[in-house]
Amino acid sequence: MRRGFFSVYGGSKNDDHHRDTDSDERKGGKVATKDDGPGRSPTAAGIGRERINHMPGAGTERAAAISAGRHEMLTDTRRLQIKSLAERGLKRPRIGADAVCEALLRQGADVMFGFPGGVLLPLYDVLGDYPELRHILVRHEQGAAHAADGFARATGKVGVCLATSGPGATNLVTGIGNAMLDSVPMVAITGNVVSSLLGKDAFQEIDITGITLPCTKHNYLVRDPNEIPRVLAEAFHIAATGRPGPVHVDLTKDALMGPCTAEHPETLDLPGFKPNFDGHPRQIKLAAQEIARAKRPLILAGHGVLISDATEELRELAEKAQIPVAHTLLGIGAIDETNPLSLGWVGMHGWKHVNKAVQSADLLIALGMRFDDRVTGHVPTFAPYARIVHVDIDPAEIGKNVAVEVPIVGDVKRVLQALIPQVEPVSQETRKAYLDELAEWRGESEKMPWHGSGAWRNGQLSADYVVERIGNATGHDATIVADVGQNQMWAARYAGFKRPKSHISSGGLGTMGYGLPAAMGAAVGLPEKETWAIVGDGGLQMTSQEMMTLVQDGIPVKIALLNNHKLGMIRQWQELVYAGNYHSSNLLGPDWCKLSEAYGIPGFQATTPAQVDEAIAAARAVNGPALIEFVIAAEQNVFPMMPAGKGLSDLLEEQFEEPKQ
Amino acid sequence: MSTSDPAPRTAPAHTAPPARPMPGDGRTHRHVLVAIVLNRPGVLNRVASLMRARNFNIETLAVSHTDQPEVSRMTLTLHGDDVAVEQAAKQLYRLIDVLKVQDVTSDPIVEHEIALIKVHANDRNRGEVLTIADMYKAKVVDLAADSLIVEATGTETEVDALIALLRGFGIKELVRSGTVVMSRGTGSIEEAVKR
Repeated sequence: MRRGFFSVYGGSKNDDHHRDTDSDERKGGKVATKDDGPGRSPTAAGIGRERINHMPGAGTERAAAISAGRHEMLTDTRRLQIKSLAERGLKRPRIGADAVCEALLRQGADVMFGFPGGVLLPLYDVLGDYPELRHILVRHEQGAAHAADGFARATGKVGVCLATSGPGATNLVTGIGNAMLDSVPMVAITGNVVSSLLGKDAFQEIDITGITLPCTKHNYLVRDPNEIPRVLAEAFHIAATGRPGPVHVDLTKDALMGPCTAEHPETLDLPGFKPNFDGHPRQIKLAAQEIARAKRPLILAGHGVLISDATEELRELAEKAQIPVAHTLLGIGAIDETNPLSLGWVGMHGWKHVNKAVQSADLLIALGMRFDDRVTGHVPTFAPYARIVHVDIDPAEIGKNVAVEVPIVGDVKRVLQALIPQVEPVSQETRKAYLDELAEWRGESEKMPWHGSGAWRNGQLSADYVVERIGNATGHDATIVADVGQNQMWAARYAGFKRPKSHISSGGLGTMGYGLPAAMGAAVGLPEKETWAIVGDGGLQMTSQEMMTLVQDGIPVKIALLNNHKLGMIRQWQELVYAGNYHSSNLLGPDWCKLSEAYGIPGFQATTPAQVDEAIAAARAVNGPALIEFVIAAEQNVFPMMPAGKGLSDLLEEQFEEPKQ
Repeated sequence: MSTSDPAPRTAPAHTAPPARPMPGDGRTHRHVLVAIVLNRPGVLNRVASLMRARNFNIETLAVSHTDQPEVSRMTLTLHGDDVAVEQAAKQLYRLIDVLKVQDVTSDPIVEHEIALIKVHANDRNRGEVLTIADMYKAKVVDLAADSLIVEATGTETEVDALIALLRGFGIKELVRSGTVVMSRGTGSIEEAVKR
């Protein structure tokens, strides 16, 4: 039954084994408990090895217990008592590495993703003395950074990744840059050579603080073990406060090994770091006046709404003044997409009716977004009739890309809390003509053939159909992590999102290879929610090694591979912009089911629309990670598309052809 | 393949939509920024790296200690329109080590830089060089058989003018400190960050 619809890949000698474990799990017979140590549940069998499973499947009681425990720990970090070495029954002196572990515990950062190396070994030498800390061994440091990023986005906590000096540290950089552009709280810890060798081109030495300087919110080089408590306390504070971002802490080997007597600070002295949380009352009043005056107001909700946990306030404002809400790529989940006032996704591959609404609006209320060029297109053509109210916690974002009429520097939640009482309630009747027109545009937009038609391409599988079915199957409650490219656009358009932080995507940096490791982090951070990685064959080939991490640590990510045997977005641009000059966009891939089986992950394949639901159900039934290869139409494009250098009114659209029966 | 949206319904049918102005008026001129920063290793690198990455061209940069040992002071001059320079200042503020940034261009300030100019001067024209130096209240601080070093202080334009005059004699070597400024009156830029 598991692979009944396989058309290409044969061999299913492990089927019995899978079925046994599955039924065991369903009866609740084989669930790891804390008392009997790490459970040994061969979630993905077939290689005959037993694997440690720290992480029970989504929806189980144990998963809920872990999540509740973590939540309690998080909300109670101040009172969290960290056991000293003596209390742990250890007679060795406290060293810098102990201070690192204590600092992580004090911050409630109980999970870290890392990869050891020479200069980091003093830390790994003591990690075992802190069983509260869960270290997940990745297969490549880039995976560690992306996993910490996904963890942070799914939970709102600071993600932690670890890497050694030299190549370990440079491998983190992509993930750090990714977190920087998307404002993700992260602390990246690297080791460095002993301080006497700094600057001597020692083995595995590189100027990593010089490298991370422009792509972190702040970074530190620590040579003195007694500075570790202060530096890590500052690092976590800076990473999580105001506009979040990655902070890099580089620790020399002697700092990790040297005796440490410094206590962890209760207060921080950061005179140069004072984010402004409350918007200026005068500006908020002006914003209320703008809203009262506007006939066609539109809210643009960005990542900041999710970061500041302002989704309730957003809904309240929208409903009170009957303002439709559009969202950016990273703003997905800021409003439940089934809310009648939710309009949809704006920008380069956003919905046509949303872009039209922006172009005809007389007031844009931009909340926690930064007018990225993927949103505005050519700025002189952007929202030509709109006055703009811009709320952002980072003053540098205001007036950076577009000039705005009412700037408000502050935390979105607090600004909205102050703004809502000043906004005059508006009835649905008053806005009827406007909202009806938007609804009409939306109807036209959704009638276009790309929407959920699935079978229209000569019976080939269409990506939007796959994504929509995944959304439906998971009740729109799963955490959906996209990679980068066409798959990312399809995921954002068609999966359907209701829950805040249920959509995770590399927006600013556009990092191919992000999907799988980020999903890994999200699944670890939010085990009670199902986690799906929607990836393309190009991106998955960049970080597919993390499949082994899923297995070793029992992380139940479901990988939905949209395989068009192409670098799809590259191919699309070559077709539409470069006159069909298809250079280097044809992509050979492995036999994906065999590859995932080789890692010990059950692999499924669907090649026709009829197989999609069955494959999704089969993957969901696996207790642990699973992979589905959806062989999709090779030349499907993402439409509409705003060509580079054009505006939101100049969208390229699909030419609709009747489906061939 | 491409289709354009019909004009938005709020638009009068016969006019094209108005163009949204880009931030800034494009009128560039010289700005002087004063940044008070923590006296920590790497802070100069952070400032320089940020300005490079954000595509701002620093014309002069002077860094020094202040009366407070934990605080340093940077004076930057750069060209740009008001919005662009404001953006540079805001980006500087994002640095954790930066305590305060102030654009003092239009404030009442005392502005000075120092230049050392080694200029060709022999028996025949030394007197002429000395006269020019004297007119600009510049000092001669070194004398050799066929050259001398002029030490000039003043605003950037004054120093520019002196250099332009001395160029006729042949300048062998030139070094300028970059502008430093201080606000006139009793107010102090550092006051706000006194700890």
